[in-house]
Amino acid sequence: MLRHAEPVMGTVFSIAVRDPRPDTPEAVRRIAERLHRIDAVFSTYRPDSDISRLGRGELAPDDCDPDVPTVLAACREVAAETDGYFTERPGGRLDPSGWVKGWAIEEAARLLRASGARQFCVNGGGDVQTSGGPWRLGVAHPARPGMLAAVLAGSDLAVATSGTAERGAHILDPRTGRPADGLASLTLVGAPGTGIARTDAWATAAFAMGPDRALAWAARQPGVEALAVLPDGSKRWTSGLPGHLPPSGPADWQPAGRQPTAAY
Amino acid sequence: MRRAVVTSAATAAGVVLLLSLKPHEATGSAPVISSGSGSGSGSASGSGSGSGTTGAADTTPGRSASPAPTTGGGATRKVSGDTVNTRYGPVQVQVTLAGSRITTVDVVKYPTQDRRDREINADALPVLNQEAISAQNAQIDAVSGATYTSDGYIRSLQSALDRAKG
Repeated sequence: MLRHAEPVMGTVFSIAVRDPRPDTPEAVRRIAERLHRIDAVFSTYRPDSDISRLGRGELAPDDCDPDVPTVLAACREVAAETDGYFTERPGGRLDPSGWVKGWAIEEAARLLRASGARQFCVNGGGDVQTSGGPWRLGVAHPARPGMLAAVLAGSDLAVATSGTAERGAHILDPRTGRPADGLASLTLVGAPGTGIARTDAWATAAFAMGPDRALAWAARQPGVEALAVLPDGSKRWTSGLPGHLPPSGPADWQPAGRQPTAAY
Repeated sequence: MRRAVVTSAATAAGVVLLLSLKPHEATGSAPVISSGSGSGSGSASGSGSGSGTTGAADTTPGRSASPAPTTGGGATRKVSGDTVNTRYGPVQVQVTLAGSRITTVDVVKYPTQDRRDREINADALPVLNQEAISAQNAQIDAVSGATYTSDGYIRSLQSALDRAKG
């Protein structure tokens, strides 16, 4: 297994490759370069990034990095798909981060695939794209650090979680302009081919919707499943989510001979 | 568009209590766990305004479930929980124990008639209704969660995985 962790974009990107090829270490080096380049162009924390300058009107769209118009077009698509709950202008300021991080994960996956690897997992700060498999992905419990709310398993999964656990109530409901607080976390599992960029942006939008609307909305997206953890710790999920659970159930989470124990 | 179905609506407390059964107490006719708050026949809380497309797991502690053994003694036995009325309808689960090990969890009463949903959710209930799972034995490859900062990463399960050998 080849592993690499790259601090970038204010978080850490983790790469694990089960079938590294001779070109894979070089691909990982180029991924790191690519991620830092994406950060330099799109970071809203850097006053000199293309996005910051575009937002201040100091840079024309045509003079931006060619990835900028592509990303902004994708943001508009997602806004339409989510009834406006996703926006590239949260709080009125140009900030396409809700798309950029997932897209950066897809870029990393693309470079790994080009190196010949087929069995890999890219985790961008908690949003995960896998190739091949099966892979087992834990969903962090929003209220209990170090614990999981669920374990998902499968191949070619895209799993994204939005929540308040790490950065507080930071996702705005664009309808009210106030922080969304109806959910502790919202996890989306993308349909094969959906990709983590869209899955991640949708998770952000669905979080802003609150539990009832988010689950109803997710249920309408073909192949997409959702797991919601509410502020009181209770869970709700879409009808197909159990299809992503490990087939053998909770028994294989325990060492042999130990009795399953309850949470209380 | 997929047909909207009710996924599951068993209360977590019922399942959790079932999972915590002490097998040696499962013999005889007395309830193995005494009910904490009555018959469990009260309606589950909820706004009633939900879409009906989703499952719900009310984790309110103390929700009643007074499982009683349906067969006594022996290495393999089944234990049933109370029927609990949820916002989606009545739900009852039954576990099969082989020694101290749970081999099967069946939903014996379920608010939908769809057979496949019933099978799927029989597997899902004990998993999703666990309030929190120790990552220690979960054999996971990566962790999805709210975006952590570089500092938060240091304390994260993901960083432990990245440091793992092999």
